Amino acid sequence: MDTSEDILQQAAPGLIPGAGTARAAKPTRLSPSFISWLQAGPMMLVFLAFFLIPLVFVVIVSFWDYNEYQLLPAFSGRGYSDTFEGCIAQLPDLCTIAKTYLKTLKLCFLVWVITLFIGFWVAYFLAFHVKSKTWQMGLSLLCTIPFWTSNVIRMIAWIPLLGRNGLVNSGLVKTGLINHPVEWLLFSEFSVVLALVHLFTFFMVVPIFNSMVRIDKSLIEAAYDAGATGFQTLVNVIIPLTKPGIVIGSIFVITIVMGDFITIGVMGGQQIAAAGKIIETRVNALQFPAAAANAVILLVITFLIITLMSRIVDIKKEL
Amino acid sequence: MTETTRKTGVSRRTLLKSTAGLAGLAAGSGAITGFPYVMSAEPKVLRYLGTAVNEGDEISKQCLKDTGIKIEYITATTDDVTKRVMTQPNSFDVLDTEYFALKKIVPSGNILALDAKKIKEFDNITPVFTKGVTPGGKKIGGQGTAPWKVLYLEGKDSKKFATSATEFVTLIPTVYNADTLGIRPDIIKRPISSWAELLNPEFKGKASILNIPSIGIMDAAMVVEATGKYKYADKGNMTKEEIDLTMKVMTEAKKAGQFRAFWKDFNESVNLMASGETVIQSMWSPAVTKVRSMGIACTFQPLKEGYRSWASGFCVSKGVSGQKLEWAYEFVNWFLSGYAGAYLNRQGYYSAVLSTAKAHMEPYEWAYWMDGKAAEKDIKAPDGSLLEKAGAVRDGGSYEDRMGGVACWNAVMDENDYMVRKWNEFIAA
Repeated sequence: MDTSEDILQQAAPGLIPGAGTARAAKPTRLSPSFISWLQAGPMMLVFLAFFLIPLVFVVIVSFWDYNEYQLLPAFSGRGYSDTFEGCIAQLPDLCTIAKTYLKTLKLCFLVWVITLFIGFWVAYFLAFHVKSKTWQMGLSLLCTIPFWTSNVIRMIAWIPLLGRNGLVNSGLVKTGLINHPVEWLLFSEFSVVLALVHLFTFFMVVPIFNSMVRIDKSLIEAAYDAGATGFQTLVNVIIPLTKPGIVIGSIFVITIVMGDFITIGVMGGQQIAAAGKIIETRVNALQFPAAAANAVILLVITFLIITLMSRIVDIKKEL
Repeated sequence: MTETTRKTGVSRRTLLKSTAGLAGLAAGSGAITGFPYVMSAEPKVLRYLGTAVNEGDEISKQCLKDTGIKIEYITATTDDVTKRVMTQPNSFDVLDTEYFALKKIVPSGNILALDAKKIKEFDNITPVFTKGVTPGGKKIGGQGTAPWKVLYLEGKDSKKFATSATEFVTLIPTVYNADTLGIRPDIIKRPISSWAELLNPEFKGKASILNIPSIGIMDAAMVVEATGKYKYADKGNMTKEEIDLTMKVMTEAKKAGQFRAFWKDFNESVNLMASGETVIQSMWSPAVTKVRSMGIACTFQPLKEGYRSWASGFCVSKGVSGQKLEWAYEFVNWFLSGYAGAYLNRQGYYSAVLSTAKAHMEPYEWAYWMDGKAAEKDIKAPDGSLLEKAGAVRDGGSYEDRMGGVACWNAVMDENDYMVRKWNEFIAA
């Protein structure tokens, strides 16, 4: 496998110190910082045009007023005040938005813990137990299978398995473990978490695997020679060196689950609130400023979580 | 030269505004206003925005054959159609939408009312739309956004609905139906006759309602009224207190575990019912047909409190003018001339002009679909697949019985904003 330095060198000869051949061939050289800007430029422009500018619009629109059929470009906090309606008046009961976010965070946490656990061990297996690169590639590709089907198909596929008359229920009834089919298998938090884990474990596997294959094998040998047990090697060598992968994977999973409303909707039987769902309902009712306000709130909360995580591990340094 | 530059400018802007692909078409077909219209060798193309209900392949093929007009369908969900009219009025020519959306669309000024005098069959349109009575004289319930309340505008560019007939028509009626609850008679095994049954604890964990607020709230209101808890002045235009009360009843039922799931998509409703996850739920007519075509018993159950009805029709984008507008009239006239009407009737919907549709149907088909009589021969869908065997009778019976039994119409309420918020609360509860 190429190291990142090799790749960089191929893409931009002269950037890496010590890339002697390229250096000698070019008498007039652009300054390294200019080249860096040139390299980052296209991505930056795309980012600016399709992410930052739209985001600014979302924030602006979230402070507009609206009626049944149009946006009214006058400053208004209505999108926000409507969203937090009843949050003080209903105390000690929770208001809609608080309930929704608690539920979303709970689902997010469960999915994170489970995908991290499964993802770590899948990556561990791929990195340390599968010796051939071909097999490593082949097995990683297998992890993408859940992405091959559409959401509707996926929902249809879960019913015969988890439904009232589904495979699991009829199996359990036949073996005599239960008398009546259990209902919580489908259209419940259980099924939502199951579907999300099934979908997004892959996003954990890839970055963790990537970190693991870059661990210098001699470090593990050194640990072994120094008399460390397998568990000690795992805790003191592998996990610390895999941290960047874990954090990147966690960021993927958390941001996706925080904004998800389709899987939660389909697997939760549309009965489970999600932060993304509120936005969707508002957009469909043409209440764009209210939807934008909710999007801003979701963004702020997700951003807080990610900031917190990158406090724990400095990804820039680790990479 | 300036012409070319301007053209590029507009098409690029449109491209940014609309989803990919449509833009080139928009520029090419001359839909963008401000350009001199070029007659030469342009194919007759109309971009048709609507939900999937009317958008049959057979219809567009027949239309091309009869009129030379090529229909390009742009299919979206009910909510997305409205969204598109608001935000990209130049991305379509003909709009096929529901009457309840008019309360949002008309004030936006993005559509053009059509001239009733140019519609050949306008006087033959069923009185369901114009007067609120069935052809047989039965009075139809008018709660909600009933079509006759929003059928006419005061003037050509007016944004106000006229109280009496004018020549400016918001939507030329095309299709409508009466919706009710779908049930699994093989599992329930007893007669169902009231909307109140949706909340009957007997069906705990086996009921469902649709999660589209503007339609779901109407079904919820039918249920609340049927249980005798409250009688609305107008289900289609609730006060805040009425919305609170309705959502309270539904929230209690949800917390008690009455609902197995809510559905949003046609296929979801079919799957819930076919798999036996639910045995009673709000449903649409073609979904019931689909469950039945899988060999599973499913009834579109008529209920004593009546039906919740919906209706849709045609108008054009405000960007359409000149020759293109004439094509639009030609297309609408063709649509009402019988072929499309018969096609819709055969799917279990109703066509706006009954006389022309009848001329395009076999007498035994008409007897089954419209007169509520037992089928003399096997009933086939427009695509030729078997729908019902000979001897079957349509759920709910005849046109007179079904449309005459309508209690309310899909609606956009004055308190829509509040209702949507409360609906979110209901989902979060």
